[in-house]
Amino acid sequence: MLKIALAGNPNSGKTTLFNALTGSKQYVGNWPGVTVEKKEGRIKGQKEVRLIDLPGIYSLSPYTLEEVVSRNYLLDEKPDAIINIVDGSNLERNLYLTTQIEELGIPMIVAINMMDVVNKNGDKIDCSKLSKSLGCPVIPISAMKGEGISDLIEQAVSVANTDKTTDLSKRFSTQVENVLSEIQKQIPNEIEEKQRRWYAVKLFERDEKVIQQIKKSTKIEALVNEMEMAMEDDSESIITNERYQYITSLIQNCYQKKSKSKISTSDKIDRVVTNRFLALPIFAVIMFFVYYISITTIGDLVTVFTNDTLFGAWISETLAAWMETIGVSTWLIGLTVDGIVGGVGAVLGFVPQMFILFAMLAILEECGYMARVAFIMDRIFRKFGLSGKSFIPMLIGTGCGIPGIMASRTIENESDRRMTIMTTTFMPCGAKMPIVALIAGALFGGAWWVAPSAYFIGVAAVIISGLILKKTKMFAGKPAPFVMELPTYHVPTLGSVLRSMWERGSSFIKKAGTIILLSSVLIWFLSSFGMVDGSLQMVENMDESILAVIGGWIAPIFAPLGFGAWQSAVATIMGLVAKEEVVGVFGVLYGVSGDALELVEEGSYGELGAISQHFTMLSAYSFLVFNLLCAPCFAAIGAIKREMNNAKWTWFAVAYQCVFAYVMAFMVFQFGSMFYGTFGVGTIIAFLLLAALVYLLLRPYKKRSSSRAEVNDDLCYQKG
Amino acid sequence: MMNTLKGVKCGQTVMVKKLHGEGAVKRRIMDMGITKGSEVYIRKVAPLGDPIEVNVRGYELSIRKADAAMIEVELEFC
Repeated sequence: MLKIALAGNPNSGKTTLFNALTGSKQYVGNWPGVTVEKKEGRIKGQKEVRLIDLPGIYSLSPYTLEEVVSRNYLLDEKPDAIINIVDGSNLERNLYLTTQIEELGIPMIVAINMMDVVNKNGDKIDCSKLSKSLGCPVIPISAMKGEGISDLIEQAVSVANTDKTTDLSKRFSTQVENVLSEIQKQIPNEIEEKQRRWYAVKLFERDEKVIQQIKKSTKIEALVNEMEMAMEDDSESIITNERYQYITSLIQNCYQKKSKSKISTSDKIDRVVTNRFLALPIFAVIMFFVYYISITTIGDLVTVFTNDTLFGAWISETLAAWMETIGVSTWLIGLTVDGIVGGVGAVLGFVPQMFILFAMLAILEECGYMARVAFIMDRIFRKFGLSGKSFIPMLIGTGCGIPGIMASRTIENESDRRMTIMTTTFMPCGAKMPIVALIAGALFGGAWWVAPSAYFIGVAAVIISGLILKKTKMFAGKPAPFVMELPTYHVPTLGSVLRSMWERGSSFIKKAGTIILLSSVLIWFLSSFGMVDGSLQMVENMDESILAVIGGWIAPIFAPLGFGAWQSAVATIMGLVAKEEVVGVFGVLYGVSGDALELVEEGSYGELGAISQHFTMLSAYSFLVFNLLCAPCFAAIGAIKREMNNAKWTWFAVAYQCVFAYVMAFMVFQFGSMFYGTFGVGTIIAFLLLAALVYLLLRPYKKRSSSRAEVNDDLCYQKG
Repeated sequence: MMNTLKGVKCGQTVMVKKLHGEGAVKRRIMDMGITKGSEVYIRKVAPLGDPIEVNVRGYELSIRKADAAMIEVELEFC
């Protein structure tokens, strides 16, 4: 079985090429222990050839997770060949990676993509000259149109069967080459001949990962120092400069650009879209449409259909009726209908909506607008340790947190992404609105400010968390260099939009499904079984259930927040199934006649007096704050787990949200009580919490000197 | 005073003289093609005033002003 790796820059059409090479059979997973996606597939028509898609990278430096993952794979797994995809319309920068890949001592083949664009622009790339200079096959292709693919496959397989590598000893200037060959002689013998060039360059660059591996002799250090003095630059810069100089000389002979100053269509679009005055209005309009289509209109329609009609009416009711006719016992009907079908429904109910959102995101990403979103919003979001691209998850999160969390996939930087995942569900989602409406209507007489304050609390929680977490050890010191390519605009293809939608959607079902299903069944069991007359049996009323007992145990925890009744505790736990359950459970536990959720929706707050008499305005607001900010529903926790791809981070996120919610509700209740004239231990603790919060917000930002260690730590931690 | 990419007005083309700073950010800037001697055209500033968009080696790149301040440039060029 041959192994071929596919490597190339982001935006070079790598995904399109991968799909074109492998067809429909793909395995999507993660690189061991990290959140970087790994894709594998069999090459079309070549059963015995596996293609491994490496992350999109610009370089093989030791600084980013993606680059380290790629390096380690290429060095340790030694694939039989590498297909290096190069964007022909951006030749210079793309070849930079090529000059690094060729050093690895693995047979390489270069695929020049977007040849149709190159030809259309009237530019010329002489592939045979390029092939001669690089010393490896160079194949012109158009991944989007499927041109040159079969030729590429053929050549790649034949290259993989050889052991041919190129002589690289004349790539850089003589001065540098001399030093490199000196260093090569110093490298220990256990390093293969083929890989010696790579190690020599890396030792010259003082690459920490390589230095950890090979002990660097003082002789090498002296050679490097001497060179640095002579060239008045650090060794890493020397190599980078040499590479780009080599590329400049390389393309002089084989690349002709038609006219230098012609303004492309992409530039024209950008003149309008990222224009100083028009950028923000256009951004607002596009975001409105994304939200409108995926949450309000089509999204809402399909979600309501799957939840209420498909799972609610058709499947559940038919199944229950059928099971009754064949005489199945009540508890089994309950388990099947409410537990399992309800649980599966909770997983699948969000899927259609998510598919619509993923299609929209794929369009935004593919056409190139997503990079502009980051460009436009960066200034605001980076202050809170987030990325400009965090805007979309947050916006979607006001509709539903689950697609919101899943939308964070578009953020490249890992710590930005984690931070976004942790804070997205602070935004009040659609399901939290009934809680807001209940409290506003039943306790505040429908006061206008309660609903806007929910959004204000959500935004404030995102900002405060961003500022606090940014300074913690887990997030600190990772300087995310925001040096981002703004790719040329192009029309997305239907096929790749659908594929991306399917991949993300199905990974949610697979990865998030189990946790959602299991927890739904567990909660169903706890809420419908209880100890009656000394034996465990199904109970009619929730107040006899095990959950009520558990609610009684944990209720005292909520006492300092003003809602220490067991009913509130049970309602909060049931909120984990779905947030709107909180209202329904209150209705049941406090003996409201009729469905409390429907009463809230109708606005008949008079009927809800049974609930309101158990709260004061203050304790109700504290309850609201806690439920807005605490752990989201199981479906959202499942999404968090899927996106974090790490149990520790998932638990950290959920725990952080609960603690944050508790602290906020505690302060609301205690400071509120103080204004009503109560001053006690709680008030003092509230002041201490406030002081701690202010300290966490204002403490100085600790910077770590280098980020090399970071990537290291990360990898070690993930492995361990 | 040293001229940096941060201080250059939109619509100008400059030549990179030296890169200051160190580590990941510097390497990333160089990896993206902003190296000694390369030409950089400053296309625009983002609507909120930061980052900036430049053209280097025939493609568009966005870079924060704080990072642009590490790039020393030659103004009297072409």
